[in-house]
Amino acid sequence: MIRFLVNRLIQMVFVVLGVTLIAFVLQNLIATGPSLARAIIGPRATNAQITTFIDTYGLNHPVIVQYLHYLGQLVQGNLGYSYKLNEPVRTIIATELPKDALLVGLSLVLALAFAVPLGIWQAVRRNRLVDHAGTAVSFVLYSMPAYWLSLLLIAAFAVTWRLLPAEAPQGETVTSMLAHPAGIVLPIASLTLITLALFSRYMRSAAIETLAQDYIRTARAKGSSTFRMLRRHLLRNSLASVTTIVGLSLPGILTAGVVVEYVFNVQGVGLSFFTAASTSDYPIELGITVLVGLVTVIGNLLADVMYAVLDPRVRYD
Amino acid sequence: MTDTTTRPGPEAGELAETSRPWVLIGRSFGDNKIALLGVVLVLLVIGFCFIGPLVYHTNQLQPNLLQLNQRPSGKHPLGTDYVGFDILGRLMVAGQSSIEIGLAVAVLATSFGVLWGAVSGYFGGALDSVMMRVVDIVLAIPALFIFIYLATVFRPTVVLLIIVVSALSWVGPARLVRGETLSLRVREYVQAVRVMGGSSRRMIFRHVIPNTISTIVVNATFQVADAVLILATLSFLGFGLPPPAATWGGMLTNGANYLYDGYWWEIYPAGFIIVITVVAFNFVGDGLRDALEVRLQRR
Repeated sequence: MIRFLVNRLIQMVFVVLGVTLIAFVLQNLIATGPSLARAIIGPRATNAQITTFIDTYGLNHPVIVQYLHYLGQLVQGNLGYSYKLNEPVRTIIATELPKDALLVGLSLVLALAFAVPLGIWQAVRRNRLVDHAGTAVSFVLYSMPAYWLSLLLIAAFAVTWRLLPAEAPQGETVTSMLAHPAGIVLPIASLTLITLALFSRYMRSAAIETLAQDYIRTARAKGSSTFRMLRRHLLRNSLASVTTIVGLSLPGILTAGVVVEYVFNVQGVGLSFFTAASTSDYPIELGITVLVGLVTVIGNLLADVMYAVLDPRVRYD
Repeated sequence: MTDTTTRPGPEAGELAETSRPWVLIGRSFGDNKIALLGVVLVLLVIGFCFIGPLVYHTNQLQPNLLQLNQRPSGKHPLGTDYVGFDILGRLMVAGQSSIEIGLAVAVLATSFGVLWGAVSGYFGGALDSVMMRVVDIVLAIPALFIFIYLATVFRPTVVLLIIVVSALSWVGPARLVRGETLSLRVREYVQAVRVMGGSSRRMIFRHVIPNTISTIVVNATFQVADAVLILATLSFLGFGLPPPAATWGGMLTNGANYLYDGYWWEIYPAGFIIVITVVAFNFVGDGLRDALEVRLQRR
């Protein structure tokens, strides 16, 4: 296990390096030197201003030097300085990340709380009404663009019935968001439904696969009750595959998060990324891409470890 | 096609007793009403987008400022949008690019992914490690982030979108095919070819890839659905095909501005057709998977 972890950590470093390299090269494809400076400080900037801008951000160095400099800063936890917001990228992310953690974390927990029982129920009642209804609903949800689902929720709950706000609370911190819980209901509901659809499909097929195993038949033959069989044999064995799915779905969930933040105006990392992309604020784009890559890689590692914990047959060495 | 190349793997012996695999798969697919519904819906959507405009002529290039935000009527069955385009006609035109890009992505991404996965899994060792780390890197970058990145540099075109969406979608099939290859390459019949002196290329193309065909076909179907969704999201965020091209996502963005005015015809039709298209391809994919997964049929 230790060897496996060390191996995976080394691999992780390479994967994160790859992500930074791709993102950095892409950024340099987009714009360099004077054209970038002009895009940021405006068409009427003087030559002196442009030179200052280029010097400040070290844009006159070769790309490889800039990249190595970026990596050096990254190792020290420095993600660069925003072109537009006059703040270090690190500060911006640190302010906004807790809100994303709240949004994504709560949605993830809620989605799992619904998806796991639903998937098992569908598997047990395979090809019955419940199964078909569940499949139909999760199919439709899964096939819905995140923003369309969000818009539908706004149209129903905010415009027609006037029950909930159409916009998330605009506070700086998580506490200020939680102070207006009504405001976060719709964003979290949107993200939960999208994630739920993803999970319940996998949970259903994982449970169906487990149900076909010999040990389930043995348990039944020994006369164990349905509930005991489900809890002791099915749940634990199916959960193992769900942890993998959670790990693998992270990029998808974060992507949906960007859209949900955009629709509900949640001042989180996703919305910052979107704004940065629209305003050529590349240090923020780069920082957030690297962060998301890191989160994904760590999520996958945790999923692998959880897999071994939940399924004793899996041993890494 | 003969039985030797189409046999779907280990349980094929049991199948051969009852019937030939493709017949059985076809029957199983035909029995699946949802899959059939999917096929019908796919054909309807394709007909709607590509044959529809030949029958239902509308002007989707010149705005008509005398016909803004019209309610559905006899003249405009689904009303008009904020610059006076007929919405029904626009849905048809906008769908063409979505479906073209979706299908092209499925072919391109799947072909590349299958090759990558088969080579990686077949040769194993250091090559496998390197190739799979590349997959990990691509998987670790959320697609939307890269799309937005690229869309800020290049002016999106149909070809560019196909390449970019494919460049980030091939990792799925690559992983799946590699996994299957790992188990296929130690099978007796593959070993037998090796003993008889068959080349690596022959083994990969004649014995490994044909045996992963069910995984490949199912995955390709899902790729179409995912590509349509990604395109819609990109257009919604303003990073899709620029005007005068019509896109479903773009129609929704414009319609969303009128959410509070109750102009429902500018929001719901575009959303519904995206959902129907994606659901249809997912239904087909799911039906194919059920039909091809022999193991699950032994109930």
